[in-house]
Amino acid sequence: MKQGFVLLVLFVLAVVVAAGAPLVGIERIPIDVLWRADADQTQFDILWRIRIPRVAMAFLAGSALATAGMTFQAMFRNPLATPFTLGVASGASLGAVVCLHQGWSFACLRWVGISSISACAFGGSLMTVLLVYGLTRARRGFSTATMLLAGVAISFFFSSLILFLQYLSDLAQMFRMLRWVMGGLDNVVGFHDVLNVLPLAVSGCLIVLYLTHELNLITTGEELATSRGVEVNRLKKTLFFAASLMVGGVVAFCGPIGFVGLMAPHICRLLIGPDHRYLTPATLLFGGAFLVVCDTVARTFMAPTELPVGIITALLGGPFFIWLLLSRASEPVGEPRLGT
Amino acid sequence: MTTPDDNTAIDVRDFYFRIGGKEILRNVSFSVMRGEYVAIVGPNGAGKTTLLKCLDRILTGGTGRIEIFGRPLGRYRQKELARRVSYVPQADGHVSPFTVEQFVLMGRYPHLSPFSTVGRHDRQLVREVLKQTGTAEFADRPLGTLSGGERQKVFIAAALAQGADVLLLDEPTTVLDYHHEAEVRALLAAANKRSGVTIVNVTHDLNHAVLESDRVVALREGAVVFDGPPSNIMKTDVLRRIYETPLLLVDHPQATIPVIVPRIPLETTP
Repeated sequence: MKQGFVLLVLFVLAVVVAAGAPLVGIERIPIDVLWRADADQTQFDILWRIRIPRVAMAFLAGSALATAGMTFQAMFRNPLATPFTLGVASGASLGAVVCLHQGWSFACLRWVGISSISACAFGGSLMTVLLVYGLTRARRGFSTATMLLAGVAISFFFSSLILFLQYLSDLAQMFRMLRWVMGGLDNVVGFHDVLNVLPLAVSGCLIVLYLTHELNLITTGEELATSRGVEVNRLKKTLFFAASLMVGGVVAFCGPIGFVGLMAPHICRLLIGPDHRYLTPATLLFGGAFLVVCDTVARTFMAPTELPVGIITALLGGPFFIWLLLSRASEPVGEPRLGT
Repeated sequence: MTTPDDNTAIDVRDFYFRIGGKEILRNVSFSVMRGEYVAIVGPNGAGKTTLLKCLDRILTGGTGRIEIFGRPLGRYRQKELARRVSYVPQADGHVSPFTVEQFVLMGRYPHLSPFSTVGRHDRQLVREVLKQTGTAEFADRPLGTLSGGERQKVFIAAALAQGADVLLLDEPTTVLDYHHEAEVRALLAAANKRSGVTIVNVTHDLNHAVLESDRVVALREGAVVFDGPPSNIMKTDVLRRIYETPLLLVDHPQATIPVIVPRIPLETTP
């Protein structure tokens, strides 16, 4: 089976990347400091408290953003639908900034291990998905133009709301917001943040993995999917919820990291084909490994200066986006019609 | 005939449907027997497609009653409904990235339980359907590379693979050339006569409708204006009432029912 083989290769690749990346950096650290009794304590701390959590976070964020991108592409039947082109990431940012500004802290969430910022970012992303979906829907049919315009408009609108909130904030709040909006993976220390993102990202991915048959059917059109027995409205709600969990969870900690959700699903589609039963695990593995590689480049390329990982993904993603826009694949597919 | 018996596949009573305040279907009542081949005809915008979509719950809402095999439509879960009714949509420009075989296999979805995947039985069945419909030769090609006629056969194959008792079709032959049209019509006749599939075929080609169906239902402006055997609709006055234009009828060399031939444009012969 060809797809099984590709999946196996991707799995091995992901494991190698995830295991190798923490050892690379300004200082090369041998893996045995983790268990050798006479190991250097500083090296142990760098590896265990900084590099491994950071790689884990990068993998988690990459997987979640890529899977969310794949889900949006299937649902909008449009290759340019991603957490960023749809404005969902800005929605999540806005949610997080509102939370910082108001100083909200929900005690009940701490019990289940989810921070208030994550919850607000999730709320923001869910709101945005519904808004863009509603706007695109209201214009009858998911044309690329309408969807991108709605996404961009919402992005700008939310960005200005974020700036407005920063303007209203005092200096301490402003500093926290700025640092947060810059995003990146460089403030991950210890496993606390990783454990915070984990439940949201993993539950989102599990929901999508459970619905691969339905994702296949929805790409053939909503009417056809209905006639095959899919409860389309319920499916869309579930998928929006799952994607918002993933984007919200990641953006709450890593800030906006663009283009992973665009590139990973497309490259995987070229590798393994359109069947979501294989495409979903492939996208998960590839997205994770891809962001780990980008982050490793970001922190070693100009060492000791660290680049924000978003610069690397954008440098790769920008040209990729234009290539997609120009290629045949970006034509609007399957405009739902309401005939008589 | 107000009480549906066991042989009724579809029963529609006093059904109204509105989209944005506009009445698309008005007081529609008709029924389809098990194993019957019914053609739904009528001018453009008469509500044919809407009616078909309501029968498969692709469009929801509307007032009145629709029963499928004696059970109200609203009481079906969508998967249960898909095991009884399948649907072939009107051809549009939709390009699916899947191969023919993958696409037809997806027709087995209503028979899968959560977490299960297509089994040997499903694959076997799909292979047979591909052979029956003459689509086996391009089973590995992506849908996007097929011609309109090939694509239509694949859509019918996928609907047949669904294994439903009723097949709803929306203009299945409209965009096809003579060769593919004949193939698709033979395919549907075979499904109906040999496998006993109940067929509801929306078409605006009355000639085909009367030659292949057991009964014709005509809609005009959302209301049923004719419901009867094919021989009764091919009469100048009946047709004039439905289409509001004088149509020319001639005898068919094979069948006993006359067919419509086009008039010469601009030359208004009495």
